[in-house]
Amino acid sequence: MADIISIRQKSNSRIKASTGERIIQVLIYVIAGFIGIITVLPFLYVLGGSFATERELTEKAFFIIPTEFSINAYQYIIKTGEVFKGLGNSMFLTVAGTLVQMFFTTTFAYPLSKTHFKGRNMVLNLVIITMLFSGGMIPTFLWVKQLGLYNSYWALILLGAISPFNMIIVKKFFEDLPGELDEAARIDGANDLEVFYKIAIPLSKPVIASISLFYAVGHWNDYFNAMIYLNDPNKETVQIVLRRIVLLTGKIQAEMMDYNSFGVPPDKAVKMAATVVATVPILVIYPFVQKYFAQGVMVGAVKG
Amino acid sequence: MNKVSAKVQEPVTSKGELVKYFKQHKWLYFMLIPGVLYFITFRYIPMGGIIIAFQQYSPFTGIAQSKWVGLTHFKNFFIGTDFWMLLKNTLGISILSIIFYFPAPIFLSLLLNEIKHQKYKKLVQTFIYIPHFISWVIVASLTYTLLNINDGIINQLIKAVFGHTVNFLGLPQYFRGLIVGQSIWKETGYGTIIFLAALSGVDTQLYEAARVDGAGRWRLMWHITLPAIKGTIIIMLILKVGSILNTGYEQIFLMRNSLNISTAEVFDTYIYQKGITNAQYSYSTASGLFKSVVGMIMVLGANWIAKKSGESGIY
Repeated sequence: MADIISIRQKSNSRIKASTGERIIQVLIYVIAGFIGIITVLPFLYVLGGSFATERELTEKAFFIIPTEFSINAYQYIIKTGEVFKGLGNSMFLTVAGTLVQMFFTTTFAYPLSKTHFKGRNMVLNLVIITMLFSGGMIPTFLWVKQLGLYNSYWALILLGAISPFNMIIVKKFFEDLPGELDEAARIDGANDLEVFYKIAIPLSKPVIASISLFYAVGHWNDYFNAMIYLNDPNKETVQIVLRRIVLLTGKIQAEMMDYNSFGVPPDKAVKMAATVVATVPILVIYPFVQKYFAQGVMVGAVKG
Repeated sequence: MNKVSAKVQEPVTSKGELVKYFKQHKWLYFMLIPGVLYFITFRYIPMGGIIIAFQQYSPFTGIAQSKWVGLTHFKNFFIGTDFWMLLKNTLGISILSIIFYFPAPIFLSLLLNEIKHQKYKKLVQTFIYIPHFISWVIVASLTYTLLNINDGIINQLIKAVFGHTVNFLGLPQYFRGLIVGQSIWKETGYGTIIFLAALSGVDTQLYEAARVDGAGRWRLMWHITLPAIKGTIIIMLILKVGSILNTGYEQIFLMRNSLNISTAEVFDTYIYQKGITNAQYSYSTASGLFKSVVGMIMVLGANWIAKKSGESGIY
């Protein structure tokens, strides 16, 4: 009898909880969705604004889809050519930089992934020291200048040729490759270099993809190094150009005077369009990034 | 660090065996060359360049010829009023960031963990990871577009409601909030990955068993979910405290202007300003060295505490 009562009480409480539960469940979905929307809303606003007329931008407080569609801002951007020059430079820098980084990173990580490699611990410790301590901004800057790399893309490409963190992720991946393959290939007469590029590299596509993406995004987004090491306007990367257009308003307003002769001065829309143009390449590779980066982060999390 | 060096102790080998080993594996050593050259050229030689912190360095005379001045630059740095301003600004941003930015991904991953509809969860995740891949220049551009006093949408809304605008971008008292707010928007989503990974390892049978025993949502979270990510939270917190002097480089540089500089100048921007803009190479290297040394001590200390507290540590 007592058992039955307790069971009934339990089931009662479960029913009561489930109404409350359902409300909480709905709330959770709503809040999560809200956070998701808040995150992308600034992008949508800027995207919409870049296609709007200046009048609509000043009159209306907020809109995503402009009532009057205009591509003036993009025409202006194409006309001045700065943004596209920056895009071209950044693309070159990103591709060249990533290739160099992958070459340096994989060739360095491979020998260190072999536990039998004599000198391994010493080299690894010397790498880890650089993760803890560095010469700092000024000595590095002076040295790069002394090497004659100032105002050269080589400064940006070589300075970060190996990220110790990424190198350790790649090394870990190589370590986890089955050792029998290595042994079998060596018995067949292959040397370490052949094993590296014929067996280890093809088997490491996932880690190579994710680390390449990390490096590429790093190059594309870099602002600070480009600012301190490049001073030739023809070498400006897209981030430098974007900063000048959007954040240093004085200059663009001076340029606007010139555009006024065309009739429309789309100051705000131009800034928005420049932001859109600089963001699009990242969003284009985002699906690939998303496929691989979680993997990379995970490997990084269990590094050792 | 100890972990690595303690891993493999090679047995003592004879000279002949060593020669044989090097011959057999010469390609491995050959492959190491580019990386070794890189680390020497771009990591270790700049460390040697720190010597100019103790000199009156001038690019024309060079390191060998520059006058030795001992600790003069350090003295000037610590005696001057700049040091306390920098410390206050840097710690101000870092502490605000530990209080508000650090817990954000934890809450968000707990929230996402409660979503059982996998497709919906994936969709939200797709959205919230995006800002991590966006450059700080774009983040700063968006911030200016949204917050500026002339036509920024946020200020237009504030004006519509309160009748006046707020100069978020130009007043020193808003700078810290601005920086931490940007960080929260940019990195919270990405920050959930590591916690969600820890959560995915939780045995679902635990939840079922607890539910059968009558535990509600909050008790499940308190007794199963949170303990599962406790280790990760502690590690992340220690890392965060360890990097307390490393406020974002580009981020602060891009948001800093002549109006808000009294709260916006931090160690990194100061070193840039003194060293690269004003060409006070020795003085700025001295302040950079102070930052590097304290930063290293903080990271190693944090790591030591992590190991003491039974967590795995980073190095």
